[in-house]
Amino acid sequence: MSKAANSPRRFDLPLTAQMISSLRAGDMVSLSGEVYTARDVAHRRLYEALSKGEKLPLDLKTATIFYAAPAPTPPGKIIGSVGPTTSYRMDAFTPALIEHGLKAMIGKGSRAPEVIEAIKKYGAVYFGAIGGIAALSAKRVAKAEIVAYEDLGPEAIRKLTIVDFPAIVINDAQGNDLYLSAREQWRIASK
Amino acid sequence: MAEIKIREIDSKTITQTVKKLFIDANTNLGDDVVCSLQDAVGREESPLGKQVLEKIVENAQIARQEKMPICQDTGLAVVFVEIGQDVHITGGNLKDAVNEGVRQAYQEGFLRKSVCDPLTRKNTQDNTPAVIHTEIVAGDRIKIIAMPKGGGSENMSAAKMLTPAAGSEGIKKFVLETVENAGPNPCPPIMVGVGIGGSLEEACLLAKKALLRTPGEKSEDARLAQMEKELYENINNLGIGPGGLGGRITTLSVSMEMLPCHIASLPVAVNIQCHVARHKEIII
Ligand code: SF4
Repeated sequence: MSKAANSPRRFDLPLTAQMISSLRAGDMVSLSGEVYTARDVAHRRLYEALSKGEKLPLDLKTATIFYAAPAPTPPGKIIGSVGPTTSYRMDAFTPALIEHGLKAMIGKGSRAPEVIEAIKKYGAVYFGAIGGIAALSAKRVAKAEIVAYEDLGPEAIRKLTIVDFPAIVINDAQGNDLYLSAREQWRIASK
Repeated sequence: MAEIKIREIDSKTITQTVKKLFIDANTNLGDDVVCSLQDAVGREESPLGKQVLEKIVENAQIARQEKMPICQDTGLAVVFVEIGQDVHITGGNLKDAVNEGVRQAYQEGFLRKSVCDPLTRKNTQDNTPAVIHTEIVAGDRIKIIAMPKGGGSENMSAAKMLTPAAGSEGIKKFVLETVENAGPNPCPPIMVGVGIGGSLEEACLLAKKALLRTPGEKSEDARLAQMEKELYENINNLGIGPGGLGGRITTLSVSMEMLPCHIASLPVAVNIQCHVARHKEIII
């Protein structure tokens, strides 16, 4: 179990195709650069805009999407507590976004087979972040601004500048799935 | 006839109490949960799992110091109110008083408003309405428990009407399946609340109440205590681990509550709670 002892691989966003193909499920990474928060309703809107051929409020080809909706920003802070939400709720929309260029996603929890397939087919990557450590994660955000769908309140699309944000590769472009392999590795057959 | 003394409680006191409880619950993880997590750090064999647990403990400390929400999902506002039958609430009704407390806590405490219309998905903007469970009890006091419940773990919960033939084996199988299907989604390490018996809604309520117990506190019913122990082992044998990244600690506890049910039924509810297990209470 040397992986945990390894220091994380540092990357500046957006990731290049070469960087993505070098990533393997289980790699610890430290990400810096711009990410866009988007969750349930924002995904529906992005998907509908795509279906109608409308312009999106973000460039999918260079965007890293972070499934998140922060708590309100208290006075004197850059952002309120922020961390990943469960990703499977975006699965209905994700393959279409990947087809249109999306390469990197950050969230928590397992993805649907169609998403894992699209990640493999189009050379994308899904990073997992730890859920429920949002006061700590907020410290990795240097800048935050709303860029679209302000009416959605916490669910609005925000552009966050993250600095050394810790994550781990869950689904790589080779089709590996860390959640499945880790679970198998640690499972003890019950009587 | 003995004279009954009615105690008056101002609805404003209820509002203030609810407000205080939700801000406290969201920023100040209970010592019992923190202790259980610290203990898990020592027991986790996976180095990565250990790291995750350490970060969870560190996060709870930072949230407490900086009065920041432990998790960005500051929950649906679940409120248990036990009202002494010798209490008279003055200056407004209970439901409005509780909702006003929730409104003020979420606005003034910088907590996320996570409640919306189920169909249009339009946010109600103030995290109301709260889910309020009231119970009339003996005495002249009011006990209020605030439990902000995160969506990620609530979504992985399940209820099922088993047949009486399924028995305790069927119950254990259903609980284990529910946790296995949830996998990494509900932010493990989790806590598992199980409600058995009553009707469909009673089983769900029992499961939620079971989550109010201190992690590791056994049921007083020896049959349930035995099932809790077996399930605790079997769930931790699943290998899901902290953050779902593999390891020994998938759940911190299994708590079961039970009531008699119809001769035709065996209702079972499994309420999953993430490691941000928040609840605070005050007796007025
Ligand atoms: S499941 Fe719990 S820890 Fe995870 S995001 Fe939701 S509230 Fe936070």
